[in-house]
Amino acid sequence: MQARSVFLRTGPFLTHLQTANHGLLEGLLSLYDARCFVDRPPFCDFHVAVRSPPLRRWIRPKVEFLFEGAAAFKPSPPEHALPMFESGLNWAISTTVNQYLIIHAAAVERGGRAMIIPGQSGSGKSTLCAGLVFGGWRLLSDELALIVPQSIEAVALARPMNLKNESIEVVRRLAPDAVFGRPAEDTLKGTIVLVKPSADSFDRVEEAASPRWIVFPNYEKGSASELIARPKAECFLELAANAINYGVLGDRGFNTLAEVITRSECFEFTYSDLAGGVRLLTEMSDAA
Amino acid sequence: MHRPRDSLAPVLRDPEGLARLSPEEWDVVVPQARRSGLLGRLADIAERTIGTDAIPERIRAHLLSARILAEKRRREVLFDIDRLVGLLKDLLGTVVLLKGAAYLVTDLPPAAGRIFNDIDILVPRAELAPVEAILSLGGWRLGEIDPYDEQYYRRWMHQLPPLVNAARRSVVDVHHTVVPITARVALDPGTLLDRVAPVPGMPHLAVLSPPDMVLHGAVHLFSEGEFEKGLRDLDDLNLLLRHFGTENDFWDALLTRASALDLGRPLFYALRYSAKLLGTPVPPEVSREMGPYRPAAAVRGLMDAAFARAFRPPHPDCRDSLTGPALALLYVRAHYLRMPPHLLIPHLLRKGVRGHAE
Repeated sequence: MQARSVFLRTGPFLTHLQTANHGLLEGLLSLYDARCFVDRPPFCDFHVAVRSPPLRRWIRPKVEFLFEGAAAFKPSPPEHALPMFESGLNWAISTTVNQYLIIHAAAVERGGRAMIIPGQSGSGKSTLCAGLVFGGWRLLSDELALIVPQSIEAVALARPMNLKNESIEVVRRLAPDAVFGRPAEDTLKGTIVLVKPSADSFDRVEEAASPRWIVFPNYEKGSASELIARPKAECFLELAANAINYGVLGDRGFNTLAEVITRSECFEFTYSDLAGGVRLLTEMSDAA
Repeated sequence: MHRPRDSLAPVLRDPEGLARLSPEEWDVVVPQARRSGLLGRLADIAERTIGTDAIPERIRAHLLSARILAEKRRREVLFDIDRLVGLLKDLLGTVVLLKGAAYLVTDLPPAAGRIFNDIDILVPRAELAPVEAILSLGGWRLGEIDPYDEQYYRRWMHQLPPLVNAARRSVVDVHHTVVPITARVALDPGTLLDRVAPVPGMPHLAVLSPPDMVLHGAVHLFSEGEFEKGLRDLDDLNLLLRHFGTENDFWDALLTRASALDLGRPLFYALRYSAKLLGTPVPPEVSREMGPYRPAAAVRGLMDAAFARAFRPPHPDCRDSLTGPALALLYVRAHYLRMPPHLLIPHLLRKGVRGHAE
């Protein structure tokens, strides 16, 4: 199959993808909204390709992700093309974009106010994010929270959410009608399934939201849902450690983050039951 | 759509041309510039010539982002230079900076928007061991390097293996001479160290004199085996030549030094390709004086073909069927310049075998 060009609009970014990987194209068509596929724009932010490296087409075939012609990761089996594209796009954004402060965090919106959910893998960040999105919140981004330094607003990306291992079943039970991609098994992070965001997330992708809550999730088997306030100074440091281009932005990064923290309530959120956790956070936001 | 093989050289040659770029042309220029390490420089040029407001917002965001990154690298390099001075001033009195770091502290044109990488310093060979020990106390130590490569550096190269600061991830290259020990061009580093110039307002720092700075850049670039940042380095030379070239006695001094240091050939190449690709104004009498340093016509033809490809951005759009052979030729040539054949052949075999094993 000949490589095809796909032009994808995801929030503020335009991506030109070249690929011949059928599974990837199919996955994108099912997991992105039709409006994300655009005609060739005169200028694209990211030119990427997912293709088989020479010599890896027939024997133990592999695919690689190229950004501006250079491989960003080690080659992976072709069945991993979709998660590879998604993390490749994250990589392209995180290494080149400095007009935003980029925080490695999920971000969701309700009533014009944004909740930022930082957290390392295993903290339950993505699970909680998906739970909130299928519980009435709007997805801004499940992996990269983009903050505009001038306005201190979080910008929406509306891309598929990344679920891993046990969290796949948890979210399936909570949102059986959601659109799930084909599982990519045996990746470095285990099994990955991408899930399509809610229609609302695509409809309002151009609406930014003002940060109001910072919630550090802590998934703990058997625990009751509990929201505990955290000191702002401590959260500042932890958020700075999660802000990918914090150092690159220098004082602009510091001022932006300080403003985000000033405007936000900071919590640690322990949970084990997703539906209950989502209910608690939603009630908290409605009361605020 | 026709995608030009090298969209950058015309822009570097004629900065006003930026104003005429269509979004479709920027779509080619931005990725090629980013891969070449030149996006920050383009941002700086755009700001100075046409103003960034004239550029569509989506494209401007990339230029702005590259500038922010360049500023960050600039802050880091200045911080590291300050640390290096603190560590080395008692031993050396003066720390001599080379290449990017030197352009930065003297505010020369190549510094604007440049994405700095390593910091290069020049020290007397006799002080190499204490310098390495002191830098180690300051956190700059040998990175992960295989024992063969380490030996290769220590025995044959003109610099220590790169010293990496684990906490800050910055890299210091300690040069003790300008060209590799084995090289056909033998150069006494003392002759460079004798003529360094202090940096105004920055005690204990010095840089090479203008002719030596150009010659050092030229000898490095034209004995180099890898050209990922080749166009950037050539443009550094172009900007230095344009800057110093307006001073009356610069060209005379350059020719005299090139002859004294036996660096006529690399200077010939530097002037030739800088003028050819980037339009550097080289006075005709200087070009005439370079005559004796010209290689034979056949070699010149080969080198023209090879360097024309090496100085394109390292982007797949810029490759043609001869790019691979051209880069391979320059890689072998670089090693040939450094080593006599009885060292070269085993070295290349070893590198080749290992390269394929990886």
